[in-house]
Amino acid sequence: MDTGLLIEKLILATLLFVVSLGIAAYSTYFERKLAAWIQDRVGPDRAGPFGILQPIADGVKMFMKEDFTPTAADRWLFILGPGIAMFTALMTSAVVPWGTDVSLFGRTIALQVADVNIGILFIFGIISIGVYGIMIGGWASNNKYSRFGAIRASSQMISYELAMGISAITIIMMSGSLGLNDIVKAQHGMNWNIFYQPVCFIVFFVCALAETNRAPFDLPECESELIGGYHTEYSSMKLGLFLFAEYVGMFVSSAVIAILFFGGYNFPGMDSFSGNTLAILSVVAFFTKIFVLIFIFMWIRWTIPRFRFDQLMHLGWKVLIPLSIINMLLTGIVIAFNEGWIKF
Amino acid sequence: MSIELLTLIIGGLTIGAALMVVISKHPIRSVLFLIVTFFLISSLYILMNAQFLAIVNIIVYAGAIMVLFLFVLMLLNLNKESEPKTPKLVLFSSIVASGILLLVLIAAFKDSIKITHVHLPQERNMGLVKNLGDLLFHKYIVPFEVSSILFIASMVGAILLAKREKPIID
Repeated sequence: MDTGLLIEKLILATLLFVVSLGIAAYSTYFERKLAAWIQDRVGPDRAGPFGILQPIADGVKMFMKEDFTPTAADRWLFILGPGIAMFTALMTSAVVPWGTDVSLFGRTIALQVADVNIGILFIFGIISIGVYGIMIGGWASNNKYSRFGAIRASSQMISYELAMGISAITIIMMSGSLGLNDIVKAQHGMNWNIFYQPVCFIVFFVCALAETNRAPFDLPECESELIGGYHTEYSSMKLGLFLFAEYVGMFVSSAVIAILFFGGYNFPGMDSFSGNTLAILSVVAFFTKIFVLIFIFMWIRWTIPRFRFDQLMHLGWKVLIPLSIINMLLTGIVIAFNEGWIKF
Repeated sequence: MSIELLTLIIGGLTIGAALMVVISKHPIRSVLFLIVTFFLISSLYILMNAQFLAIVNIIVYAGAIMVLFLFVLMLLNLNKESEPKTPKLVLFSSIVASGILLLVLIAAFKDSIKITHVHLPQERNMGLVKNLGDLLFHKYIVPFEVSSILFIASMVGAILLAKREKPIID
């Protein structure tokens, strides 16, 4: 095997790992600052200037706390739960194209760890197994509130995965490929999918909120009913991993939404640049889109109250799924007309 | 590491995980081992250049059906005390039935053991979605459409069963 390729991918994977965790850590800080801003408070401002060191202080606090396992818990599965949650949250970033190719030391380096031809399906696979972390953790705690949280999480995930998948199929039909790289390339410049598929975007965004367990869909950890939901019995860094996985998930799903609907690393006027300048600008453009989407995620959390569980199911099965199916059918008809498969 | 050795290792692990499904005392652990088995089967698909099949196997089986299994098991009260006693006759007849099934399976697969050389498709693009779609929508269009009708029938049936009881409160 090509050694250069191996080193290059290793560096890229490590970089992605660090960046994902870093962004997740600072998302916690910005979430608190944003909440404070919306609620007219100051927010964390003690650790460092503007409280900028708060995530580090929180991390140290998490590590220093007592790591407690309930006596009636299933020991191994109790440890496995947070591990799976974190693992699946980090896995998704492997297929994301982060920018155009960079040329360094006479090599052309693609800013994507794995350009698999089933990219979007890989993401769906990871999302669909992501619920196991919560389910196993909630079940192994041997606490009825944890178990309620786990059950809610699983039924919510399954319900929203369907609408999410159907709306993703619409995008696949538009670009004619399952590879994320091809989907991004099809949206060159300002030719973004959101202008063609606004309904699809809304469905996908709502489902992404539900899949990452963000408010208003945070019923699995609804503290007014279930204490802490699936992580009631967790303490120390195991709890930290669960909370962290949510933020990593938010970062990654923002990246996926940016790829599917906002053109990924494309930006208007990208043809006037080339080479490494274009690569750097494309990465900057992509991360700007991701940060704006993360901001919207947080904005929604601090604005909209939590759903009731029957409202959640109603929205998922009776509104989003029919909407996405109708949208898919219409898209199919329009594509068939454009390609000249049906004529009157 | 050659691909034959890799196939052997993963195959052995698959059989081990599948055995653990049966051996495990606790139903939840059985389901978790079943999930591990699905993952190992998917990695075998990847070795055979069938990426699409591998990922669909994970999405459908590991991602959706097994979540429902776990979901149902979590709702059940699975204590030692509440477990119903199995009558001796049922135990005996189930042993006989599974023994007969084993016999049939051995009879069916005994010829495939003779093939010692594992034939892996050499063409790298064979399992791609494009080729699969071509096959499904040209050569196998009739079975494909018939199976989709079967799926719709089962979906409608499931909804009918769930809706059968009229709600008391209007």
